[in-house]
Amino acid sequence: MTKEEMREKFIDIIARFTVYSGKHLPDDVHAKLTELRKVETSDMAKIIYDAMFDNLEMAKDLDRPCCQDTGVLQYFVQVGTGFPLIDDIEYCLQEAVKRATVLGPLRHNAVEIFDEKNTGNNVGTRIPWIDWEVIPHSDEVKIYVYMAGGGCSLPGTAKVLMPLEGYEGIVKFVFDQVTSYGINACPPLLIGIGIGGSVEVAAKLSKKALLRPLGTHNPNPLAAELESKIEAGLNAIHIGPGGLSGENSVMGVHIEQAARHPATLAVGLSTGCWAHRRAVIKINAAMEYETISHKGAKI
Amino acid sequence: MSKRILTTPIKDADLESLHIGDIIYLNGYLITGRDDVHQRLIKQNKELPVDLAGLAVFHAGPIMQKIEGTEDKYRVISIGPTTSMRMEKYEKDFIPRTGVKIIVGKGGMGADTAQACKEHKAIHTVFPGGCAVLAAKCVEEVERVEWLDLGMPEAMWVMRVKEFGPLIVSIDTLGNNLFENNKKQFNLRKDLMVEDICQYVDYLG
Repeated sequence: MTKEEMREKFIDIIARFTVYSGKHLPDDVHAKLTELRKVETSDMAKIIYDAMFDNLEMAKDLDRPCCQDTGVLQYFVQVGTGFPLIDDIEYCLQEAVKRATVLGPLRHNAVEIFDEKNTGNNVGTRIPWIDWEVIPHSDEVKIYVYMAGGGCSLPGTAKVLMPLEGYEGIVKFVFDQVTSYGINACPPLLIGIGIGGSVEVAAKLSKKALLRPLGTHNPNPLAAELESKIEAGLNAIHIGPGGLSGENSVMGVHIEQAARHPATLAVGLSTGCWAHRRAVIKINAAMEYETISHKGAKI
Repeated sequence: MSKRILTTPIKDADLESLHIGDIIYLNGYLITGRDDVHQRLIKQNKELPVDLAGLAVFHAGPIMQKIEGTEDKYRVISIGPTTSMRMEKYEKDFIPRTGVKIIVGKGGMGADTAQACKEHKAIHTVFPGGCAVLAAKCVEEVERVEWLDLGMPEAMWVMRVKEFGPLIVSIDTLGNNLFENNKKQFNLRKDLMVEDICQYVDYLG
């Protein structure tokens, strides 16, 4: 394959996988929603879950985006230093987004700041947003596609606490935001919490926490315990599907952390809606791919 | 139980017997209007290109696709509700200015909108969030689009709908507010949960 052929193949894979991820929820999210649906007892919660699952079926059958808000595209890229297209990824992702916008079709969601004009193709200043991690001694790339919808981006927040506010301050911060803004963000939610020393570190980690598969825990035992306690606590508030009350509130709580400054304790919060469109694909140097988040997907 | 279907134009009497938690379906005209439409009418005092009196406004930004071979005909691909709370700032003025009778959105709205619903006999309803294909299937025709210069999500899409729902009444004409009532419960439980968890998180020192 020439470099040009490789680029074309790469753009095509990402464009089609991006479109696919807007029409089909990842396996772990689908399984979790199925589990949460079963335990609901009230008529209202059942009606909402029925609508959600009917909608997912219709999206599949009619080949359409399951939620109209296909978000601002964010790509979290873990690129091997030996991946043959490492120099071309940014260009290729922008091209892929333009194609996906027509192919999907996706909603036009890139509005330029100050000009306040919608670009009409989902590409704009620094958008699609790309987050980089460089993997030494690898010739593959792993890309997380995330459709950051407006509804689930709205509760996002971060704050630097004084250390003596303690982890108690973090718990209160999270619960206050979920019971106010979170109710309107299409629960059951996935809660991403980032903890570190400064505001951008905490915010970014909170988003990365949303990329973790459901059912996984933070490797630190105290963090894992806190994930479980916050999950149980939020569920006991019984926010329910759509915020209309029900048995549970969340699909999960994920915490990611970085060491902090002795004088600061920063916390960030990101939320994923029930239609959590987070997809993962691995592409090797021969441009062969594996759809990790959607096993056996035909893109 | 038979479906409770309301047809536009909506009269006050159609709404007065509805209470929060009731489920209705809509026939007739449903027009999208969200942040920029509210901004243009209320803040910038521009005249709306669509008369909303007696009709329903949808807090929604759809995916529309132009029908090939036509000048300006569109089909709806996906159209779920957006967060209604974003429009809280202007809805109390939007309701009397337009004469709109049914607001369709997602999540709750605040005290100002509830007051306006009470004074002007209007209701706020929610369509299940994220269920955009389900909603699109209830649209019979996209008749026209106005203010497309605002972009696809913010334009006013004029649609004829059939049995559009389920729509859960979240604010009724008495000003009762389902989400605010729920929130009171949630907050009571929240305080207990935060207190409980905080017993276990003294990791400092």
